[in-house]
Amino acid sequence: MVTLELNEVGALYGKRLVVSGVTTPAMTAGEVVAVIGPNAAGKSTLFKRIAGLLNGPGEVCISGTEMAGKAIGYMPQDTSSNAVLTVYESVLLARKQGSAWSVNDADLVLIDHVMTALNITPIAFRDLGALSGGQQQLVSVAQTLVREPDIMLMDEPTSALDLHRQVEVLSFMQNQARQKNMIVLVAIHDLNQALRFADKVLLIADGKMRACGAPLSVINPEMLREIYGVDARIEKCSRQFDHVIVDGVDA
Amino acid sequence: MAVADNTILSEVAATGRGEYRARTRRKITILVGLGILLCLTFCIDLAWGPARYGLDQVILALFQPDAVSAQVRTVVWDIRMPVAVMAIVVGAALSAAGAQMQTILANPLASPFTLGISAAASFGAALGIVTTVPLLPVAAGLIVPVNAFIMALVATLFIHFVSQTRGVAVQTVVLLGIALVFIFNALLAFVQYLASEQALSQVLFWTMGSLSKATWPKIGITLAVLLIALPLFARNAWALTAIRLGEDKAASFGVNVRYIRLETMLVISLLASVPVSFVGTIGFVGLVGPHMARMTLGEDQRFFLPGSALCGALLLSVTSIVSKSIIPGVIFPIGIITALVGVPFFISLILSNVRRSW
Repeated sequence: MVTLELNEVGALYGKRLVVSGVTTPAMTAGEVVAVIGPNAAGKSTLFKRIAGLLNGPGEVCISGTEMAGKAIGYMPQDTSSNAVLTVYESVLLARKQGSAWSVNDADLVLIDHVMTALNITPIAFRDLGALSGGQQQLVSVAQTLVREPDIMLMDEPTSALDLHRQVEVLSFMQNQARQKNMIVLVAIHDLNQALRFADKVLLIADGKMRACGAPLSVINPEMLREIYGVDARIEKCSRQFDHVIVDGVDA
Repeated sequence: MAVADNTILSEVAATGRGEYRARTRRKITILVGLGILLCLTFCIDLAWGPARYGLDQVILALFQPDAVSAQVRTVVWDIRMPVAVMAIVVGAALSAAGAQMQTILANPLASPFTLGISAAASFGAALGIVTTVPLLPVAAGLIVPVNAFIMALVATLFIHFVSQTRGVAVQTVVLLGIALVFIFNALLAFVQYLASEQALSQVLFWTMGSLSKATWPKIGITLAVLLIALPLFARNAWALTAIRLGEDKAASFGVNVRYIRLETMLVISLLASVPVSFVGTIGFVGLVGPHMARMTLGEDQRFFLPGSALCGALLLSVTSIVSKSIIPGVIFPIGIITALVGVPFFISLILSNVRRSW
């Protein structure tokens, strides 16, 4: 069972330390962790550091995986592409790296299943450049899933999706985390979705970790006032999901 | 996410991979078709000229040289064959180089010609011809191609490192390339000004671009470079295709983007400079060839790379025929023809980029 733990993790852009001192308790297989924080807080930078795309101090401790180098699947924030490739080819690309040109049926079967599950088979042979922002995001989710990682880092995967698709995708990712024993970290701005789907919430602001724990222990009126500058309360909706209700914005 | 039951899911899935396999077969058919077309233009190139032969005679001369007259044999094998083969090899090399430049710089306007690499190679070659000063200690006979390669390498690395600088936009790289063209053209003019009459005529050969001085050793070297470069590109086919999805995404697939870019740039400089050092500046093949391949085969490098090489070869082979057809008995420098065809294409690309991305 895979676990992920951050120990005093920081991230460097060139020589500038953009994120520092992120320490978390162990995240375990099957968990969905929402990474929240205001714009430019350092969420994307932290993801890049965890994915190994940026250097920095501290330790990203991953244990319980045998997939050295493929344990982490990272879905970047910018999913747009004008490459003259079909959706199917681009998803295959995520699966196939290395020097062998041949494509085996097992790879194609997996791609077909992921695309069907995400309901993007109708656009399978459309060019990437012809897709809407939301469709490109779904394709990016598919690309990350077919790599079958143990840990998924999804940087704002639902920002371009309509409400229905947001709930669908996050629910799907929650199921995937449970069924495939993955750890799913989702950077997200919608705190209601974080409250609904996350098992833990990691709050980042000004490049530093402010809190990490159960959703309601992190997302509370005090934090919303201090970090987001809003007067808000948490209430249960008719289906008993916790919900942030914003009463006003601090002057 | 509402997931359909397993039977429906399998049926939909089978359609997806079936369609993918069918499209792959179609692309292979297109590549084979391009190959056949290239064989045909090659034969026409051999048949065409002041003395015109039928295709049957050419095929006979190729496969049963003893069955044709000595005159036909000499014209086909000794006079036209080196030019026709050089057209194919140079076209393939320049187009493959252009395809990879467009891929790693994410820029549809990138090519050895538009980014100043051909101009740099021409300047290096001119420096070798006029001053006979080698930029590397090499044998006298290799001064010109080695100088051309060194200057092309300098230009390529300049473009590469500038393009890697944070905040440099795609358009900036093209503008820098155009600046390089101006700089190296000015330096070339300076060298020409100092050149003797005999050296000047040799330098002029580069600026025009011509296949007429093709020889078997030159063909051999250019072909060797092509045969080294293509497998190196082919080995990175998936990684290069992934780079077209964006640097972050390619890195998330496990691609070492910096290393692949640097390796590809070095191979491009070799692939772009060697043909130029032998046949001079032949512009726009490296721009048009990849776009023809992209439009017919897409950007999966497994098809795009051979497609670009074949389209470039086809383009220059056809141009070689055209260069002999404008005025009977006169063979125009091929660089003039490619520029005449390439410039309108270049303008149409710029205009289409204003309306939408490539």
